[in-house]
Amino acid sequence: MSARVPIAPGLWTDEAEPRLIGGRRADGEIVFPMPDGDAAARVEPALLSRQGTLWSWTTQGFEPKEPYSGPQPFQPFLIGYVELPGEVIVETRIVDAAPADLVIGMAMIFAVVPFDDARSIYAFRPERQP
Amino acid sequence: MNDDVHIIGAGIHPFGRTDGRSGRDQGVFAVRAALEDAGIEWGDVEYAYGGSAAAGSADIMVNELGLTSVPFINVANGCATGGSALAAARNAVAAGACDIALAVGFDKHPRGAFNAKPAEYGLPDWYGETGMMLTTQFFALKIQRYMALHGISRRTLGLVAEKAFRNGTLCDHAWRRSPVDLDTILNAPVVNDPLTKYMFCSPAEGAVALILASAKKVRELGADAVRIASIAFRTRPEGSFEVFAPSIRVGGGGKPTEIASRAAFEMAGIGPEDVSVAQLQDTESGAEIMHMAENGFCADGEQEQWLAEGWSEIKGRMPINTDGGCLACGEPIGASGLRQVYENMVQLRGRGGERQVPNGPKVGYSHVYGAPGLSAVAILER
Repeated sequence: MSARVPIAPGLWTDEAEPRLIGGRRADGEIVFPMPDGDAAARVEPALLSRQGTLWSWTTQGFEPKEPYSGPQPFQPFLIGYVELPGEVIVETRIVDAAPADLVIGMAMIFAVVPFDDARSIYAFRPERQP
Repeated sequence: MNDDVHIIGAGIHPFGRTDGRSGRDQGVFAVRAALEDAGIEWGDVEYAYGGSAAAGSADIMVNELGLTSVPFINVANGCATGGSALAAARNAVAAGACDIALAVGFDKHPRGAFNAKPAEYGLPDWYGETGMMLTTQFFALKIQRYMALHGISRRTLGLVAEKAFRNGTLCDHAWRRSPVDLDTILNAPVVNDPLTKYMFCSPAEGAVALILASAKKVRELGADAVRIASIAFRTRPEGSFEVFAPSIRVGGGGKPTEIASRAAFEMAGIGPEDVSVAQLQDTESGAEIMHMAENGFCADGEQEQWLAEGWSEIKGRMPINTDGGCLACGEPIGASGLRQVYENMVQLRGRGGERQVPNGPKVGYSHVYGAPGLSAVAILER
C-alpha cells in the first residue's frame, strides 16, 4: 500500500497514524478539506481527530458517471458522514463493514485504504470493541 | 408597489420523454397553451422571464412565438430556474413595470442520474473522482439519519412512492402512468440504501408556462384568475446540510426550506393549517417526508402516521403531490418548480377531473428544493 499515492495532496498527514487535514476559520468553525486559493485566507490548517461516531451512511451500488474514476470492474462501496466530536462532520468512504453492521452513533476510526492500484483514499471503519 | 398579482393562464407540455421535440419547443408548446388558457395573444405579453438548466436559452422562443420586441430575460439558476422566473415575473407586475408577464421553464436531460462537475460547484476534483458527488447519495444520507432519529420506517418510504404512482395514473401530464404496488417498490434494486429505484425520480423532459397579470388586467379580461399570496426564495444558511458537502457543521444549523416556508406563510398572513393542497419537492420518497416537516405541515416523526392513515392522499385531510410529483412526472429541472404551481392552479380552479381535491380547495402551497441548497415556496389563493 505504501506504493500508492494519495488521491489528492493535502487531505491527510503523512505519519504513522495519519490524520485528516481540515481548516479552522477565523470564527473557530472547522471545515474539511482545507480550502485553497483565496478561500484559504484566514483559514489555518487543523489536524482532525482519528476517532468519531457514525452520523449517517448509505450504499453506492451502481457505478457513478464520470468524473468518477474508480477501479474497473466497478466495486460497490459504502459512504457516510462521521462526526469528529467538537470538530466537524466529514463525508467519507466506510470500509470493513456491511450495511447490517452500521448503526448511527457507533464508534469509527480513521484509515487510509487503496482507491485503485495507484492511489489511496481516506476512510473510516467501525472501531472494534475489545 | 401593488402586490395584488394573479396567474391568469397556465400551460404545460406533458412531462417524460418526447423524442424529436427539443426542450425549447416544449417550452413554446407550453407558452401557447398558457396564452390560450388566459385568452390573450403573444403580443399582449409585456415582460417575459424563462430558462432551462440543460436545454438552452428561453429568449430564442420569440422566433416561434413572434418578434414583438418583448423584453425577454433569460434565467439560469439551476434547480431554482422556474421559481426564479416566477418570482421575477411577479415582481415586474407588482412593481408596475407591466400588467402582463410570462414565466416559463423547460428542460430536456439525458437518461440516468445527473453527473455534476466538481469545479462548477467550487469543489476539488477528487470529490468527483472518488464517487462522492452524487445527488442520490445526499438524499439517502439525509433520510437514513432522519429515519433513525424520528422513527420513520422503510414501509413509509414505499407508501410515498405508491401514492405518487397512483396519483400519476390520474394525471394527463405525468410520465409514469401505471400504478406500482408497495411490495414491488420495497423489493426493487437499491440505488442508495434505504432508497430503491422506485423511490427516486428520474431526470426527464417537459415545460410549463404561467401568465401573470395585475388586478386591473384581471378585471379587464374577466379572467379565471388565482392570486399569488406570496413567493419566497431562499438560499442556504450557515450550518445547513445540503448536496455536495464534504463536511458539515457539528450540531447543524438552519434549513433553506424552513426559512423560505416561514417567510412565505408570513407574507401570505396564513399558516400551514390553512393550506388545502400542497406540492412538495419529492426528488425521492424521503424528501417528501422530510419536507412535510420542514414546511411546517407536521412534526418530525408524525409522517409515519400521516402515510399509514392516508392523510396526504387526494381525498385525505391535506393532499400532497396530487399529480404524482417528481416521482411520477420526472424532473426536468427548469420546469419542475413551475409544474407544482401549475398543478395548484388546476386544483384551485377545480379542473382536476379524476384527481380533483374535493370541497373546493382555496389555498395551494408549492415547494421546490435543489442544489446547492435552495428552496422556493409559492402560495396561491382562490
